[in-house]
Amino acid sequence: MHSSHMVAPELAAIEIQGVTREAFLIRATLAAGATYGALSATPFITKALAQDSGGDIDILNYALTLEYLEAEFYTLAVKQVKGLSGDEMKLAKELRDNEDEHVDALAATVKKLGGKPVAKPKLDFGGAFADRATFLKTANTLEDAGVSAYNGAGPLIESVEVLAAAGSIVQIEARHAALIRLVRDKPPAPLTFDKPATMDAIIKKITPFIKG
Amino acid sequence: MTDSALRELADDPSSRKRFFKMMGGAGAVSAFSVFLAACGDDDDDTASTSTPAAGGKTTEEDGVKGDLEILNYALTLEFLEARFYKQVIESGIVKDPKVGKIATKFGMTEQEHVDALKATITKLGGTPVAAPETKFEETIDKGLMAVLDAAADVENLGAAAYLGQAGNIKNKEVLAAALAIHSVEARHAAALNQLLGRGFGGKGGLSGTLPDGAFAKGMDMESVLAAVKPFLA
Repeated sequence: MHSSHMVAPELAAIEIQGVTREAFLIRATLAAGATYGALSATPFITKALAQDSGGDIDILNYALTLEYLEAEFYTLAVKQVKGLSGDEMKLAKELRDNEDEHVDALAATVKKLGGKPVAKPKLDFGGAFADRATFLKTANTLEDAGVSAYNGAGPLIESVEVLAAAGSIVQIEARHAALIRLVRDKPPAPLTFDKPATMDAIIKKITPFIKG
Repeated sequence: MTDSALRELADDPSSRKRFFKMMGGAGAVSAFSVFLAACGDDDDDTASTSTPAAGGKTTEEDGVKGDLEILNYALTLEFLEARFYKQVIESGIVKDPKVGKIATKFGMTEQEHVDALKATITKLGGTPVAAPETKFEETIDKGLMAVLDAAADVENLGAAAYLGQAGNIKNKEVLAAALAIHSVEARHAAALNQLLGRGFGGKGGLSGTLPDGAFAKGMDMESVLAAVKPFLA
């Protein structure tokens, strides 16, 4: 069995953009025509590295914005979603508490670095809380996006301490994603490599929830 | 915050350099050779240390060397995981199709991590370590619950191991790859813990779906290797 067939086929569709300082490695990988995951992971990685950022504080504020969104999402969900089982409600509350802690930690880190934490955006989740299935589906999307956002931003982080903090948060987002996926009867870890996403892609994804 | 404010945040490069200097580069000195001693042969001496490039001055070569050692450490853990799932499935102990599906999928993913890490090590000019000799028979003999228990422990350990190394990786592409694997290990860990009904907090630090609460803890190489020792022949 060739594992290349197992890696998400959509990988092949992702264009390699930009030239990075690690391009030599990518070229070598491509030239070798490696059959395995390293090759499949490379386009993501190129993409993640091709984005530029405005430094650690901006990355932290970007993460803070995502965490505001997730925290508010679960805060409203536990009040509004009907038909959750006892365990599902317990999970939603646990996730809400985790996201609240992420908000606090990120805001504190921004301050510690001498920056100003971004304000919480005005949010509107539309019909996301209309029923159990819509809530869980939206939660799934948000958590997977959170993982991709942190994984995309990680290599751009300059400070080892900030990277450690981001790593310790992204692992929790990944666990959240798996737990929500299990509740939905979806594979908890569908990909061999979680996709890093650029800031632009994530912003596009969350824009519908942001009302100013 | 409006969309345009977010965009500004994404696009504004002005503060890029501002804090970098403040935090410093901190070339972490790690005990990679401990790992190499531990997985290179089967003796129980993990005390030898020949630390690469002590403190301060880290040349590019040392960075590559360090990354290769981390990659080989990760490879050893992935070998262990892949082998475990393979043996479990071959043992026929898993009867529940839902559990079987997850074990098969996770096992394939770990094998793909093995392949990816080997390819990356080779591309960087290194030599992939050989697969360690393992002993899972005892665990498998104890039955499905013991197997799931061990799988969950190993996945949590894997997640903690990657997290523990993130700050030591010099090459950004290697870091990106490690992060992309790290979160998959975390998904595996949470899913297995959930299937085991271990609850959010769990016992003993590694065993809940969210064992450390809102912030996951990394583990250093020495602790991880000590924890997987029972599975090494």
